[in-house]
Amino acid sequence: MNVERSPHDVPSAAQLVESVREWLQNDVLTSTTGRVQFHSRVAINVLAMVERELAMGSRQSIEHASRLARLGVASDVELASAIRAGSLDDRIDEVVAAVRASVVDKLSVANPTYMRRDDQSS
Amino acid sequence: MSSSPDPRGELADAISRALDGRAIGALTRLSGGASRETWRFEADGEPLILQRQRAGDTRDMEVEASVLRAAAAAGVPVPHLLASGRFENGARYMIQSWVDGETIARKILRDDDFASARDSLVGQFATALAAVHSIPVDDVPGLPTTDQVAQYRQSLDDLNAQLQQSHPAFELAFRWLEANRPASARRTVVHGDFRLGNVMVGPEGLRAVLDWELAHIGDPMEDLGWLCVRAWRFGSDLPVAGVGNYDALLAAYESATGSPADPEALLWWEVLGTVKWGIMCMLQASAHLLGFSRSHELAAIGRRVCENEYDILLALEGRWSSLGVS
Repeated sequence: MNVERSPHDVPSAAQLVESVREWLQNDVLTSTTGRVQFHSRVAINVLAMVERELAMGSRQSIEHASRLARLGVASDVELASAIRAGSLDDRIDEVVAAVRASVVDKLSVANPTYMRRDDQSS
Repeated sequence: MSSSPDPRGELADAISRALDGRAIGALTRLSGGASRETWRFEADGEPLILQRQRAGDTRDMEVEASVLRAAAAAGVPVPHLLASGRFENGARYMIQSWVDGETIARKILRDDDFASARDSLVGQFATALAAVHSIPVDDVPGLPTTDQVAQYRQSLDDLNAQLQQSHPAFELAFRWLEANRPASARRTVVHGDFRLGNVMVGPEGLRAVLDWELAHIGDPMEDLGWLCVRAWRFGSDLPVAGVGNYDALLAAYESATGSPADPEALLWWEVLGTVKWGIMCMLQASAHLLGFSRSHELAAIGRRVCENEYDILLALEGRWSSLGVS
């Protein structure tokens, strides 16, 4: 996030989310069982995902836009339509590489350890 | 004392009538999905399972009952079907024997009790599937024959429109699937959801194949491909249901059927299965986003869609030339 331009005081959005995640981890998880504990664990994972998106999202948006621009499309919707129509078939390797880079970005936020080691923290 | 009717007592009476007056006890509800309820009970002390279809389910449970009978006759390990039909209120039901064991995938994959089962399961799954695929198609009228690609293409279009998004990776996958359909001539009964979670396992291995409600007519390799989708490995590194390798599955299936099994067809169905699971993740997230069932758990599943996109791109690495001239 672009902290310099933000009017907000500390804690930052990321630090606020982190504080709630730590409370869930340290207090809620240990004092619950069964279904509520399971849903607490899900909540912790969700907040950790939000923290990663706050940290990486801006850079990912810029890179995603430039990947799309290189393929001559303005959005994932346009890229999806072009793939479906076959209009980018003569650049299929470029298309696959761009889609793969976007998917790696998505997983870097959603679930980084799901990926092969060489795709993690790229 | 209240004189209002006891719904559980009414259900017990209905079950008793279905079982020629046997004494029904210990009636306990195990699960209640959108389309059916599952109850455990005892009839003269014998543990049994009741599945009751809810109003609004478009499938016909009697078709599933006929598949179960045919599967048993073909040698598939399945619970014994004691009775099926309609209760007086019109609800379809099936009553099956209770099979003891474990269905929870993570226990089967990790607990010491199942170490020996894990060594046997790939072979047993292949044998069971070969038996499923040997069921004479004419013995089970009423099974759907929907084209899976067309069905999930439509689901993706509907979800993309509802959720205002799109998935270039799935578009690539559909292009590849259309361009590389396996040249399978076989059309058989397909279980449709064969994986850990839908099989009863004991320490010695497979005891019963459960959950036949998605059975249909199609390419038998669909069942093998679905069994290898990464979601059904539950975190294990082994591709076949988290317990074995492709070669072992194909070899065991070939030996059980006596005919060759095409690894390319297996891959095709695994890719389609991965697309399907990705779309099912979107569907679960949409239940939250569209307000049918508000839940952070369902919301989070929306961010698991990209796991399937990643798996598709890995599976199809170096295989895109069928789409373009690069």
